[in-house]
Amino acid sequence: MSGGPGDRIGDAALAVEVADLVKRYPKAPSDSLAGVSFQVRRGEVFGFLGPNGAGKTTTIGILTTRIRPTRGRACVAGVDVVADPVGARRVLGVVPQQNNLDRSLSVRQNLLFHASYHGVPRARRQKLADGLLDQFGLADRSDGRPDDFSGGQIQRMMIARALMHAPAVLFLDEPSTGLDPAARLFLWEKVAELKAGGTTVVITTHDMDEAATLSDRVAIIDHGTLLALDAPAALVRGMTGERTLDCTIEPTSGGGADPAAIGEAVTAITGVNQIEPLADTGVGGWRLRIYVDGEAAAFVAPVAQAISASGGRLSDARLGEPNLEDVFIHLTGRALR
Amino acid sequence: MSAATGEEARPSPALEPLPHWGPVQTFVAILRRDLFVTGREFPVFLAQVILQPLFLLFVFGKVLTELGYARPGYEQVLFPGLVALAAVLTGLQSTALPLVIEFSYSNEIEDRLLAPLPIGAVAVEKVVFAAMRACVAAAVMFPVGIWILGSIPWQRSTGLAVAAMTILGSLLGASMGLILGTFVPPNRISVALTLVLTPLIFTGSSQYPWPSLGNLRWFQVISALNPMTYVSEGLRGLMAPSVPHIQTWICFVVAIGSLVVLTAVGMVGFIRRALG
Repeated sequence: MSGGPGDRIGDAALAVEVADLVKRYPKAPSDSLAGVSFQVRRGEVFGFLGPNGAGKTTTIGILTTRIRPTRGRACVAGVDVVADPVGARRVLGVVPQQNNLDRSLSVRQNLLFHASYHGVPRARRQKLADGLLDQFGLADRSDGRPDDFSGGQIQRMMIARALMHAPAVLFLDEPSTGLDPAARLFLWEKVAELKAGGTTVVITTHDMDEAATLSDRVAIIDHGTLLALDAPAALVRGMTGERTLDCTIEPTSGGGADPAAIGEAVTAITGVNQIEPLADTGVGGWRLRIYVDGEAAAFVAPVAQAISASGGRLSDARLGEPNLEDVFIHLTGRALR
Repeated sequence: MSAATGEEARPSPALEPLPHWGPVQTFVAILRRDLFVTGREFPVFLAQVILQPLFLLFVFGKVLTELGYARPGYEQVLFPGLVALAAVLTGLQSTALPLVIEFSYSNEIEDRLLAPLPIGAVAVEKVVFAAMRACVAAAVMFPVGIWILGSIPWQRSTGLAVAAMTILGSLLGASMGLILGTFVPPNRISVALTLVLTPLIFTGSSQYPWPSLGNLRWFQVISALNPMTYVSEGLRGLMAPSVPHIQTWICFVVAIGSLVVLTAVGMVGFIRRALG
C-alpha cells in the first residue's frame, strides 16, 4: 500500500512496538516505567496484567499519545507516537477507564461526531453508526444522552465510538472494572468478535480471568518492569514451583483412621512440601491440601497408598493446576489486588 | 442480535482508506460540534450573555441619567465600554468554566485530544469558538442599546475598525479564560473567577474614560494594566471620538500584544493539562 496517511496501516508488520520505554513523572522518586520493551502482532489480543500503579496505564497513555515518554520508542501500526502523534491518533482507538462521552450529545451523535473528527465521510458515518449501535445493543436508545445509561452501556458506547474510525489497534484500559457479570461477558464476547474481524486489541486488566480468557499473549508488569510475556497457558506451564493436590479422606469401614498418622505418612512422601487441612466436607471425611513439587498427578498413587496404610481411604483427589495468579505471585512475591 | 449483524457492522482495518483528511478539516469538525451544541441552546445562551450588560446599560445609562445623577451624554462613555465588557467577559467565561469541567469532571475533551490534529489546535479551537460566542454577545449589545438608550454613539466610517476591535476583545477574553481554565485547579475555580472577574470588570475602563483619571493616578495605573482597558478605549475612540480616549493605534497594538502573550501562556497551560 502507498500514499496518504490513511493507509499506513497496511505497511505495519507489527501492531505495537515498544522499545526501552521509560517514564519518570516530575518529582517522582522513581521511574513509573523502567525500560519496557515488547511487541504486539497484528490481529492479536494482547493483555497487560498488573496491579494498580504497575505502569499499565502509563504505557497505554504513551501509546495513545496522551503521555510523553521520558525515553524510548513506541510505535502503533508503524507510526511513531512521539514523532507523529497526529498520525498515530488516526490509526488507534481508545476506550478509557472513565466515562468521557460527550454529555451534550446523544449516543448516536457521539458516534457521528467522533467519526467526523477522523474524517469519515458523512454517508459512511451514518451506515457505520447504525451498524455499531445495533451490534452493541444500543440501537433502540440511540437518541438518549449518555448520562441516562448504566456503566455497562456507557462502556459499550465508548467501544462503539472508538470503532467508528476503524482503528488498526484498539486500546481498552481496565474495561471490566465496575461492570456486572453480564456486562463483562458481553464485553468479552465483543473483544472476541473484534479479534475475529482482524482488529488488534490491547487490553489492560488486573483481573486474572479476563487476562487468561481474552488474551493471546499476556505481559505481566509490576513496578514499571515487564516480568514475563507469553501465552497464558505457556506462562502457567513455565511455573516450576509447587502444585497442589486436594484430597478427601474417609475412614475405612473398619474405622480407626487417625488424621495425625495419615498426615505424617503423607508428609513422609518425597516431594511433598507441606499439608494443610481444608474445611470439612460434612459427610464424615476430612479434606487435606497437599503441596508438592512437580506434577501433582504423579502424587495421587503414593498419597492413596500412604492413606490406606494409615487406615483411611482416598475418596476424591483434585489436581490444583497453577493459574495466572500463581504466576503473578511467583514473579512478584505478592498477590494481585 | 445475530452474529451476521455483527459481521456486517464491524469496521475492519481492511476497509478502503479514508479520503485525505488534514488537521484543518478535523479543526472544522470540532468547531462544528461546538456550534451544533450552542445552536441547540441558542435562546439560553442569549439570555446568559444579555442579562448583565442589559442591566448595567439600563441602570447606568438610563436610570442614573434620568434621575440627574449622571450627566447627559454619559451613555457616550458607557455604551462602547459595555460592548467591550460583553466581548471580553463572554470570551473569558466561554473558555474558563467549560475547560475546567471538561478536564476534570466530564473528561469530555479527551475525544478531541485523541482526534488527529495537534493538541495545541484543540486549544485554538476553544479560543476561536469562545470568541465567536463573545462576538455574538457584543453584537447583541447594539440593538439592546438602541432599545434602552434610544440612540447609540456610532460613526459609519469606523464600522470595520469597531468590528476588528470587538473581535480582538473577544479573543483577548477567551485567551484569559484559557489561562484560568488550565492553570487553576478545579476546586479553586469559583474562588478564582470571583477574584478575577470583579477587578477585571471594574478596572477595564468600561464605565469611565481612562484619560480622565488624572486626579486618581493610582487607579489610572491599575486600569492601564488591564488589557480590557484598551478594548474599551479603542471602541470609545472609534464610536464616540469626542469623549477623551487613548489613541486608537495604541489600543490596537497593546490589545494584539496582550492577545499574543496571553494565548501563548494559555497554550502552555493547556498542553500541560492535556499531556502527562
